[in-house]
Amino acid sequence: MPKVTVDGIELEVPQGATVLQACELAGKEIPRFCYHERLSIAGNCRMCLVEVAPGPPKPQASCALPAADGQVIKTDSEMVKKAREGVMEFLLINHPLDCPICDQGGECDLQDQAMVYGRGTSRYDENKRAVTEKYMGPLIKTAMTRCIHCTRCVRFSEEVAGVDEIGALYRGENMQITTYLERAAKHELSANVIDLCPVGALTSRPYAFEARPWELKKTLSIDVSDAVGANIRLDSRGREVLRILPRLNDDVNEEWLSDKGRYQVDGLTRRRLDQPWLRRDGKLVAATWDEAFAAIAKVNPGKSGAVIAGDMVDCETMFAAKALAGALGSTMLEGRQTGLDYDCSNLAAINFNSTFNGIETADAILIVGSHVRWEAALLNARLRKAVKHGAKVFVVGPEWETTYPATFLGNDLAVLGKLPQDAADVFEKAERPALILGGAGLAKGALGPALQLCATLRMVRENWNGFNVLHMAASRMGGLMLGYAQPGGIADLAAASPKLLISLGADEVDYTRFAGSMIAYIGHHGDKGAHAADIILPAAAFSEKPGTYVNTEGRVQFADKAVFAPGDAREDWTILRALADALKVSVGFDSFAQLRAAMVAAVPALGREGLADYGALPKGKGSASGTIDAYPIKDFYLTNPIARASVTMQRCSAELIHGQDFAEAAE
Amino acid sequence: MSLQDKDRIFTNLYGYQPWNLKAAQARGDWDDTKALMARGQDAIIDEMKASGLRGRGGAGFPTGLKWSFMPKEPKDGRPSFLVINADESEPGSCKDREIIRHDPHKLIEGALVAGYAMRARAAYIYIRGEYIREAEVLFAAVQEAYDAGLIGKNACKSGYDFDVFVHRGAGAYICGEETAMIESLEGKKGQPRLKPPFPAGAGLYGCPTTVNNVESIAVAPTILRRGASWFSSFGRENNKGTKLFQISGHVEKPCVVEEAMSIPFRELIEKHCGGIRGGWDNLLAVIPGGSSVPLVPGSMMMDAPMDFDGCKDVGSGLGTAAVIVMDKSTDIVRAISRLSYFYKHESCGQCTPCREGTGWMWRVMERLRTGDAEVEEIDMLQQVTKQVEGHTICALGDAAAWPIQGLIKHFRPELERRIGERVREAAE
Repeated sequence: MPKVTVDGIELEVPQGATVLQACELAGKEIPRFCYHERLSIAGNCRMCLVEVAPGPPKPQASCALPAADGQVIKTDSEMVKKAREGVMEFLLINHPLDCPICDQGGECDLQDQAMVYGRGTSRYDENKRAVTEKYMGPLIKTAMTRCIHCTRCVRFSEEVAGVDEIGALYRGENMQITTYLERAAKHELSANVIDLCPVGALTSRPYAFEARPWELKKTLSIDVSDAVGANIRLDSRGREVLRILPRLNDDVNEEWLSDKGRYQVDGLTRRRLDQPWLRRDGKLVAATWDEAFAAIAKVNPGKSGAVIAGDMVDCETMFAAKALAGALGSTMLEGRQTGLDYDCSNLAAINFNSTFNGIETADAILIVGSHVRWEAALLNARLRKAVKHGAKVFVVGPEWETTYPATFLGNDLAVLGKLPQDAADVFEKAERPALILGGAGLAKGALGPALQLCATLRMVRENWNGFNVLHMAASRMGGLMLGYAQPGGIADLAAASPKLLISLGADEVDYTRFAGSMIAYIGHHGDKGAHAADIILPAAAFSEKPGTYVNTEGRVQFADKAVFAPGDAREDWTILRALADALKVSVGFDSFAQLRAAMVAAVPALGREGLADYGALPKGKGSASGTIDAYPIKDFYLTNPIARASVTMQRCSAELIHGQDFAEAAE
Repeated sequence: MSLQDKDRIFTNLYGYQPWNLKAAQARGDWDDTKALMARGQDAIIDEMKASGLRGRGGAGFPTGLKWSFMPKEPKDGRPSFLVINADESEPGSCKDREIIRHDPHKLIEGALVAGYAMRARAAYIYIRGEYIREAEVLFAAVQEAYDAGLIGKNACKSGYDFDVFVHRGAGAYICGEETAMIESLEGKKGQPRLKPPFPAGAGLYGCPTTVNNVESIAVAPTILRRGASWFSSFGRENNKGTKLFQISGHVEKPCVVEEAMSIPFRELIEKHCGGIRGGWDNLLAVIPGGSSVPLVPGSMMMDAPMDFDGCKDVGSGLGTAAVIVMDKSTDIVRAISRLSYFYKHESCGQCTPCREGTGWMWRVMERLRTGDAEVEEIDMLQQVTKQVEGHTICALGDAAAWPIQGLIKHFRPELERRIGERVREAAE
């Protein structure tokens, strides 16, 4: 551990730390633009210059200099002050003075640091540089005159996303950041460059000129667009969520967010269900809450009730519905909308046991039936890291564009029984082998064989569990913990032909199988579920209610409420509570706090933030057969009702996946 | 006492004889190279150290010492590489060009000997893109050497495998910086890397690499043949050997000439260039080492010895020994402004002070050229050059700053005169 002195403060820093990190440990702020903890060191902005002895008699870039024993670092000397002023002056001479019309204003690194480290006036008398805008797709708006060439966006694309989409052209003061031939950035994590950009060169296109950061209320929440459970912040003004930004959580999303999680936000205000609807003579007509409840009470379901949970509901809603079904005498609960019927008797067998952090350290990974890039874009970034550390990746299933070297072993699941020799050798030698089973594999009954393969390859070792199931629905693990699973899947519900089917925002179900049931849809968007419903009870989207979510790792996380649901829509649990009154049963809670307490009493793990413990892996059996012909997700940008309602996501789908051209306004 | 013909290393500098292998062998190249290699790697490096050869690319780092930084055992199976810098783009420099087009086999033999000494697997010769005919010669010479079994598998029957690859640049000055050259060789945008790690630790493709100038490599076989003591018998202490001087500008006969180090400037010009145009009284200023070093007023330069320390003592540097001579007909401000334009044009754009500063400096220089400026702006320009100097990743920032600093230091009255003249004109 090297001992250094920072401005007279002596301290020990970890081996391999940089001078910049040492200064931060000493509590000194070092201005920077190009340096970013999760990207490689570029050292090109020169803002982090400090004085270091011993060393050459000139300021050193602290971000790139390793801390060494006996160094004396000065961050407040005259030399450092002058160097910072000089670099800041250079950054500003060609930076436009358009802060009043720049979307970065108020959260701009350049603005903030110019206030602290810059000189008050400009000595630059010449003309400023102007750079043409670049087209980077429907999500990223560019104003390249503002670019300070820190290359964070370039390094993110290359290193984290793993695609060579963004780069620099020309040299000297003519250097320009652009996408290759100005094609749209297509990667699922592309919009993270907006957060990374320290100035207003890359800003959010859908959010352009919407609000200033100081006008926004910030609410902590959890992303529900996939089963990763990325930590997000909802920025709202009045009754509208205006944007979604990732929060820092090293265990889950680091500080990234998928484009869908970020930009489905405008779907929250479109196609919303804001009043109850009743189906009369085959047509949906507007109704009041009393009429809707009366209509359900008239069915008098008794024990013949069933509940299907959608992909984005929180645990509280599912528990309230379970309580209602229980009060009626029914246990017909299911959340796997598309008919999956894998064995749920042991949750450890259907959990992402390695954890996202852990999978980075795996050295051999077998992906069975999962298009990881689309099913969990953030996990794909972790897999890329693992590969960078030397992991070998094999995939069973149709080919997709990986962002790292991977070997495809064909579509035939029989390969699980007999791995090709090269793959078998890799797993034989691996110290931390892992298997990731996706939805397409689960659908073909690969769970048992996968467990068996996991035992054969000894994927569970001391301090290592390499067996992982990757889900795609934010509600999946929570639902399974609450018992939303029938042995035969949704087919059991259809076979029981319940009188009343409560659909909790379930939009992927084939409702023709429930033709004889009264379908009460409790949801927030006029999507497929609402079209099939007999009664629509308008509910709250994830941003409009507090809730508990469990991600595919079994990580319990809590989200807060940012805004109120529109119109007559209510929070889901209040609807179920009122429905209990209408059906004249008691569910045992009258407030959200009581509901949560009852839920935690029933499933204690849901009350503790963090990883739930599911015990040991069961033994698997059976041999795999059949082929994986396709993955469940056909269109990354349109997987849930919020995204389908979002104009931004529709445009992304049309342009980035279906190749449709959009004329720019200026053209 | 000046260099005699028998002590010249580059005996075909002017191309009076053919460049090909047969002619080169007649001049003594490739003469029992196997025996040179048989001395062993450490012996070669020790001999180079003893010769006192300092790198001929401009910085003057001792060549033998540089070679000795290379790992003796390959680390985790990574090979070592030698990169030869033939991207000669410094305004004023033209020595590597003469070596490559008239004596390429000296370079190739040097590559083998140097590569062997530093335990390199291969040498990459990165040749400037504009040197089209020179590249053709070099490609042909390398092929000749391969065909004769001098390089390649079992090079010169020494049992050592050594390849030489020639890589053409695309016309960027910055690719002459060693780490930018490595980036460019790897197929990336030519931008200097951060140091550390130094190339000897992680260079080309992440392997240990040494980057040497063409001249440093080309003189190595002759030094080994004739001995370190022969080479070190020329020049002053710490500035040993012979050197190619390239004299351009206002001399009667501009030329490239091999001379002993530490030859006084006046003697160099009188003996090889026929004197200054218009006589010594007509000498205005000299840039002794290519465009990146500060200019020196003629009066200070006249008796300075032409070597690293001698040029340093007059506030400049030997650089590549590309001597640019300017007589009193020169518009000195315009000359330096043109150099500023060159650095603005060639800045890679990676780091802030150089990217933004070179353009600013050039624009102010252009206004100073016509006098369209305030006197205070001279001081501001001086401060701007100080803000660039020493704050950048590579030395291009320094190189852009120094000529202007030299101008302000020695010719400030001229700058003020122009401003005053313009003010007077405007008043009339």
